[in-house]
Amino acid sequence: MSGSQSLTPLLSVEGLVREFRVGAGVLRAVDDVTFHVDPGETLGLVGESGCGKTTVGRLVLRLLPATAGRIVFDGRDVTDVPERQLREFRRAVQVVFQDPYSSLNPRLTVRDIVGEPLRNFGATRRAAAARVGELLDTVGLPPGYMMRYPHAFSGGQRQRIGIARALALGPRLLVCDEAVSSLDVSVQAQVLNLLADLQRQLGLALLFISHNLAVVRHVSHRVAVMYLGQLVEIAPEAALFDHPRHPYTRALLAAVPEAGPDAVPPAVLPGEIPSPLDPPAGCRFQTRCPRAEARCRAAEPPLTEEQPGRWVRCYFPEPEPSRRTA
Amino acid sequence: MTDLLEVRDLSVSFVTSRGPVPVLDGVSLSVREGEVVGLVGESGSGKSVTALSILGLLGEQGRVDAGQIRLDGRDLLPLPEREWLRVRGRQIAMVFQEPMTSLNPLFPVGFQVAEVLEEHLGLGRREALARAVELFRDVGIPDPERRVRDHPHQLSGGMRQRVMIAMAMACRPRLLIGDEPTTALDVTIQAQILALLRDLGRAAGTAVLLISHDLGVVAAMASRVVVMYAGQVVEEAPARELFREPRHPYTRLLLAVVPGVREKRARLSAIAGSIPAPSALPVGCRFHPRCPDAIPLCREAAPTLDPHGPERRVRCWRAAELADGVRL
Repeated sequence: MSGSQSLTPLLSVEGLVREFRVGAGVLRAVDDVTFHVDPGETLGLVGESGCGKTTVGRLVLRLLPATAGRIVFDGRDVTDVPERQLREFRRAVQVVFQDPYSSLNPRLTVRDIVGEPLRNFGATRRAAAARVGELLDTVGLPPGYMMRYPHAFSGGQRQRIGIARALALGPRLLVCDEAVSSLDVSVQAQVLNLLADLQRQLGLALLFISHNLAVVRHVSHRVAVMYLGQLVEIAPEAALFDHPRHPYTRALLAAVPEAGPDAVPPAVLPGEIPSPLDPPAGCRFQTRCPRAEARCRAAEPPLTEEQPGRWVRCYFPEPEPSRRTA
Repeated sequence: MTDLLEVRDLSVSFVTSRGPVPVLDGVSLSVREGEVVGLVGESGSGKSVTALSILGLLGEQGRVDAGQIRLDGRDLLPLPEREWLRVRGRQIAMVFQEPMTSLNPLFPVGFQVAEVLEEHLGLGRREALARAVELFRDVGIPDPERRVRDHPHQLSGGMRQRVMIAMAMACRPRLLIGDEPTTALDVTIQAQILALLRDLGRAAGTAVLLISHDLGVVAAMASRVVVMYAGQVVEEAPARELFREPRHPYTRLLLAVVPGVREKRARLSAIAGSIPAPSALPVGCRFHPRCPDAIPLCREAAPTLDPHGPERRVRCWRAAELADGVRL
């Protein structure tokens, strides 16, 4: 498992903020978010509607400008670098989108879709076609399919085409934004296995954004949980899922219904997710938190490193279980 | 005792420019009074078409080729539309996946619920609106007197789904069909809506047919589960038994490919291949091209849905033989 602290992070995001003007007000979709992704590791980013995880993905990809904060990739601050100086960044950081139906141009052949990044970076038509063949093979599709159009493929196959396109330039970081959420479960597993294999073979890092906790558990080395624009917990995968410390993380996990002979109805966390336009004062989770106290309403708790690699934004995080067999 | 709902040998096809395409093949399932039955399947399984058939909502291109849909013993299929209008929303109600497209964006939500009461129960406008406020309260919408005046876009996804449930339950239907009712919702909101469906169903004595691709949702809610694949029922069993000991290879694989939140597995099993298109169904068993347990017989002859014990049916030639080796 990678993610050791001695490595220089591949991606480092510091105090990232993104505001949107909405009517007369301001919406802080991303509010002071700090995290890193090490080479070859997968950081899962989870949360529900309005948490800001998709916006974080867009910011990291430089598809949206940040309102404040820094994005450092491979030691270089890319936050405000003009587009024409981002060529190497664009090669190194790629994306796989959620919707396999709208992310592929229906009027282009697979060869042209997957080859487009290569052509953008100066490859000849012939060289691009040869590389497309290799890429299709890498994602488990017959190279001979490259002359077909997207409509000839199933959702899972289209997602593979999207992955092939993302791999074309040999990226080091792949941002996966709900990359398997639109797929049937039987196909989802194929694509998840493919991503795991590619990570191993190519040393890819992944920023895996998803609302599906089980999928995130499966693919991630470390996980960050967001709520209403803020990070509330970051921890290694096993620690987060087995011993969540933030009340929201606990509630989130308890709400997931699991298939099994002893399944029970999932635990209910009452209350609505507040509007990001008008977040609660103090701790943003206090309106729904079973443990909220006066202190929580008065002031926002900071994101604190409770143990190395474990961050929690809570005045009363769940204590670590006592370790008897550490 | 007659079942509340009995779907018997239902076969449906869609009329297309290239000829009729079969989408349901001899589907049989039943729901007892007050029971919660889960209907599980992926795309192309036919689960939504089954639901629409039960409500007579197949549309111009849908054609019932064979079968019966009996509510309290009465076959609904031959009914003229004006009789269907008395069943839909009154005896059988439905909640869909996307509340934004089920609710009319131009009218206040209270009005839309009141409409159901006026139409089916003959209530006057004022009385219907008052009752709508009560229904909103029953489904957990805070500040219902104000919310009835909101338009759909002013409500969150979870709230809209509560409105849909209020609308569906307004006439205390005998059967509520939920077609992926929580799929579009956040997980904490999903838990609330599932709890609501369960509590309301119990309080009103309404049976629920819960359709979902999410096995966890079905496991949490249903006492019996029906699994569909490519237009057919492939397995049916009490929920606990199905999850403890799935007998159809597809069911077993489906359980193996879904990652769990409570426990991480090293590698997910995957099901090779993809779901067949209705216009290109395999000969023999429809699942055989993807089945790790297929034998030559599976390619040649389509298996029948056979009983395996008093409460279980499986559509697989090898189900009994494989059962001995099955463990989860």
